[in-house]
Amino acid sequence: MADLNTIPLEGKPQRGTHGGYISRMVRSGPFINILYMPALILFCIFIFYPFLKGIQISFTNWDGYNQDYKWLGLDNYKRMLNDPEVVKVIWNTVIYGLGSAIFQNVIGLAYALFLNMHIRTRGLVRTVIYLPVIISPLIMGYIWYFFFQYQGGAINDILLLFKDEPSNLLGDPYINVWIITFVNTYQYLGIAMVLYLAGLQSIPRDYYEAATIDGAGSIARFTQITWPLLAPAFTVSMVLNLIGGLKLFDVIVALTNSGPGYASASLSSLMYLLYFGREDAGYAATIGILMFIMISIVSIVALVLFRKREVNA
Amino acid sequence: MKKSKAWLIILSFVICLIHILPFYILITTSFKATKDLSSKWMFPGYFYLDNFTNAWNEANLSSAFTNNFTVTIISISLIVIIGSIAAYPLSRRQTGWNKFMYALFVSALIVPPLTILVPLYKFMVDIGGMNQYWGIIMLHITFNLPMTIFLYTGFIGTIPRDLDEAAMIDGAGRFGLFYRIILPLLKPVTATVIILTGVAVWNDYQFSLFFLQKTDMRTITVALSSFFGQYTSNVGWVAAGSLMGALPMTIVYLFLQRYFISGLSSGAVKG
Repeated sequence: MADLNTIPLEGKPQRGTHGGYISRMVRSGPFINILYMPALILFCIFIFYPFLKGIQISFTNWDGYNQDYKWLGLDNYKRMLNDPEVVKVIWNTVIYGLGSAIFQNVIGLAYALFLNMHIRTRGLVRTVIYLPVIISPLIMGYIWYFFFQYQGGAINDILLLFKDEPSNLLGDPYINVWIITFVNTYQYLGIAMVLYLAGLQSIPRDYYEAATIDGAGSIARFTQITWPLLAPAFTVSMVLNLIGGLKLFDVIVALTNSGPGYASASLSSLMYLLYFGREDAGYAATIGILMFIMISIVSIVALVLFRKREVNA
Repeated sequence: MKKSKAWLIILSFVICLIHILPFYILITTSFKATKDLSSKWMFPGYFYLDNFTNAWNEANLSSAFTNNFTVTIISISLIVIIGSIAAYPLSRRQTGWNKFMYALFVSALIVPPLTILVPLYKFMVDIGGMNQYWGIIMLHITFNLPMTIFLYTGFIGTIPRDLDEAAMIDGAGRFGLFYRIILPLLKPVTATVIILTGVAVWNDYQFSLFFLQKTDMRTITVALSSFFGQYTSNVGWVAAGSLMGALPMTIVYLFLQRYFISGLSSGAVKG
């Protein structure tokens, strides 16, 4: 039994331990894989099957209720590529994704650097900034609705001190997209802050001391030490917030319900309206496929790009 | 030195104030009488609770809270069980096939559930899962499993294999080994999983909106959104409803914030 520690546990049945073919199978054979079967079955039923079904629906003119529908081939895809509304909605989705991710990271990093100065109120600030993360995004949307609403909104109360008419902020298609981006940023910048703070705390103090002795100023210390060593935190925070923003739905429903028209819709809220509002299920499924492709490409490209940057840094 | 410290503390209070503002407006709005048209910035100088009782009754919040608790607790329990047992072979028996399975499970992290809304909705209607606890619970489990499997697999990988070997010499089978040796060690990561999936399921709107449409099956978010649709002009009621809806999670957060922040952030480190 002396070499027991060197016997690999996986693969071949072990000699010398309790015998019997079945018990050996149970111990180290593929039989143990039965443990992930429940998860696999759920995946097949609720993700893979609907996904394939979705591709099929996207080639039809199904209305969401009727049993009979027509095969359209690529018509829905052609329609999507020529749909000016879809172009606008893709642009909105990019603003929600990239815009929030940039704002969240800039502000989150600023807060993290501030909190890393070892002030006594650090715990309090962290608790307050992180609080919105745990609140339902729908409720967060309603809370901000009280700020931006037309009649009696908190922002308009201030604007009315300077002008006569209230501004219809949520009804303005050029402003409301940025309001939604702002609310999403406010809600989730705590995650970026916490990730950067953890990154900052893992940087050894010696580095800064050595750099100071070498005569590096505070800006040089940031660009030469802090920023390169925060690369992993940047990757995670950026990719996470990017995906979160691209998927945005709840806040839009709460603040503008995609309106006016589809002016502030994201791909997800457009799909919802097409399916339940216009009973255009085939086309909605096509938008779903577009959204899947877009989010997969963006997150994989972002991940690969930022990871490469980590290695070079 | 001392002077700059005081300056930093003042700045930190200013930051807190800015971030707390939305909640301040939520509170003033929810305690204000319908006829009171003063600015939302003003605190009502009287005590008024009608918004809360009206919102509670009109939005049917008592049944919404019951539904939320039921769905969340059952979902979390099943996620923990199914996720932890699935992670065990994926972490300990790393054959080529199992590595592929792991990649498959985790890649679902980037699939936004809404992209398959149309086929999923049709499928749920076909199998009779609409407006049923089990229907929505199955969906919550499935879409929270990728993160759960990711966290458990990573964590089990850090448990030394010597422990497995020692238990095997004592005659434990693979399943007994998992139950008696591995499972008790999973407490910290289980806390993380519970917080992550608990927040996600409790706050869910996307799934609940589509699959729990019947009035008495609605969860808090769905109840609030249909309430908001009906009483857009009556912001006091909506504010009171939102406040009540946000309160339970806020209280839990304030008591367990350290675990929340580390838990939610460790869930974030997934790339």
